[in-house]
Amino acid sequence: MPTSTSVLAGASLELFDSGEGAPLLFLHGCDGFDPNHRFAATLAGHGRLIAPSHPGFGRSALPDWITEVDDIAYLYLELLDRLRLVSVDLVGCSVGGWIAAEMATKAPRRFRRIVLSAPVGVKTGPTDRLDIPDIFAMSDEALATLMFHDPAKGRLDPAALADEELAIRLRNRETLALLAWEPYMHNPKLRHRLHRVDCPVLFLRGESDGLVSDNYLRRYAGLLPDVRCATIAGAGHAPEVEQPDPFVARIEAFLAANTEPER
Amino acid sequence: MKAWHFSENAYHYLPPKETYESIRVTLPNRIYDPKKGAALYDRFIAEWLVAEEEGMGIMLNEHHQTATCVDPAAPLMLAALARLTTRARLLILGNPIANRRQPVRVAEEMAMVDVLSRGRLECGFVRGVPYEIAAGNSNPVRMNERQWEALDLIVKAWTTHDGPFSHEGRFFHHRMINIWPRPFQQPHPPIWISTTSPSGANQVGARGYVQATFLTGFDGTRAVFDGYRRGWRGAGLGEAVPAHRLAYAALVYTADNERDARAGAEKLLWYVTSNKVPRHFANPPGYVPIGANLAMLRGAEHPLSAFARGASVDAAIERGIMFAGTPDQVLKQIRKLYRHVGGFGHLLIMGQAGFLEHDETVAGIRHFARHVYPALKEEFPDTALTSDVPTAERAGVA
Repeated sequence: MPTSTSVLAGASLELFDSGEGAPLLFLHGCDGFDPNHRFAATLAGHGRLIAPSHPGFGRSALPDWITEVDDIAYLYLELLDRLRLVSVDLVGCSVGGWIAAEMATKAPRRFRRIVLSAPVGVKTGPTDRLDIPDIFAMSDEALATLMFHDPAKGRLDPAALADEELAIRLRNRETLALLAWEPYMHNPKLRHRLHRVDCPVLFLRGESDGLVSDNYLRRYAGLLPDVRCATIAGAGHAPEVEQPDPFVARIEAFLAANTEPER
Repeated sequence: MKAWHFSENAYHYLPPKETYESIRVTLPNRIYDPKKGAALYDRFIAEWLVAEEEGMGIMLNEHHQTATCVDPAAPLMLAALARLTTRARLLILGNPIANRRQPVRVAEEMAMVDVLSRGRLECGFVRGVPYEIAAGNSNPVRMNERQWEALDLIVKAWTTHDGPFSHEGRFFHHRMINIWPRPFQQPHPPIWISTTSPSGANQVGARGYVQATFLTGFDGTRAVFDGYRRGWRGAGLGEAVPAHRLAYAALVYTADNERDARAGAEKLLWYVTSNKVPRHFANPPGYVPIGANLAMLRGAEHPLSAFARGASVDAAIERGIMFAGTPDQVLKQIRKLYRHVGGFGHLLIMGQAGFLEHDETVAGIRHFARHVYPALKEEFPDTALTSDVPTAERAGVA
């Protein structure tokens, strides 16, 4: 079974681990990880895909002591130790991009190449305006419009989901609130640490992303030394879901173009 | 039974409901005219003073960024009332301690009011309704845990008298806690907690604090009080819970004739019907358990929201969230609820809302106090023991 349970620092985590070859750690966005998504199968077909469900997401436990994204970053560095992976490629989406950025600032040598897709985590804009629109202060409808190129994809149909699946979605959102409520969607310290991340980094965003703006992405990227930015057409905040093939193609082209020796 | 006059200090001079998305959180405060607001404060304070004159207790609460309750710093109003009144017990229900960053500051404020009033404070604590989350910028996740840690810290701050102690908890940190003044009442003012859930009431019962529940009607109230009784017994506090541990808040309007009573009751309904709030403020993630949210996605509805859609005086009376009519009728309605829920010792009277004018409010208070309250006190003494009512006796009550 590619999905198993791993206990780290007392936290029981759901872990997807599948495929052969160079290891890639994938950190999911705010809606959790679904191994049935097309991008996951494709990535696992090209190498080893390791994708934990963040604490409080999917079927992973949420220990009392976890209150911040920073806590999860340390947990996943421990995961790399446990899997005996000295260095990996790292892909993080949305809140997973934030976790990835935190990990990279703490242990830059452990990452060969990093992709941050629609990442949150820094504050670079003015004090009197949120960098990321307040997702907790809008209707589901309004949020779907900001999150998706095709908002119909964001509409939740409870009738189509079993109780367990629906409960997971509700819990994902609750955990996101716990982690991202205040400071909203960022760690004020992170921007002062990002210069340490000296490996090649690709910043991605969907062209129709109403949460992570082009401006935000570019300002974020400006905090790191070795970056390039790209946009995926026909996608919103989750290009891995809305445009899986271009998403994977972008990542693979980036990896192919940056083949530094293993760290 | 003790009766309390509760006023939310609403600001009802609002544009038509269709013109705004929410009466809370986002309604622009340019709508608030400070001159009208000052006159309203005068008026609401005068009504509280009438309640004192009539031998009732005074109750106030706190909400933020809302026209429904312009009392965002209830301790300030409480301090004013402490000096304007001389006899009435003063119930704040309550301090939203899951949203307050410094529990020790809350302990100081409440101790100060207790001294200012020479020991007339009844100190309530609330978790805070969901629409307070955005206004308080408070994380909706783990609020219960925050509330209990804050409360325990406040009680310790009130009752520690030998110099500073420290607190290094999960949510709060404070190195030098040694409050001045300490409370007037010893060991501390009576503590009240409001909750409308049986599981919350269970925790309150285990600590023996006074439990208040709001507009929960016949079955909802019984479930809350049963939860309290389970907690009380489980903690070994005794077999039966005395009535003075349980409080119920309802809309109440009394008049000497049915026509006036009905007119007042209609205006009081504003309290329920005006609460226009979009779902993202009414139910932030983490505020209610996953199971409750799941049930809502499967079609369950909060009983009060369901009621608000087709609100009427008759339906409100039938559900036990309103007592209205002539003194005899009101007494009968209260008696019916009392028996159904197993008894309670405090009636928290929401006696002013929206368009109920000053004269009407005062008339309602006086009619209740003179023609209902004496009978309630005689029939339902504070020391009565409440009970889990046998099922047979509940049958036939809507």
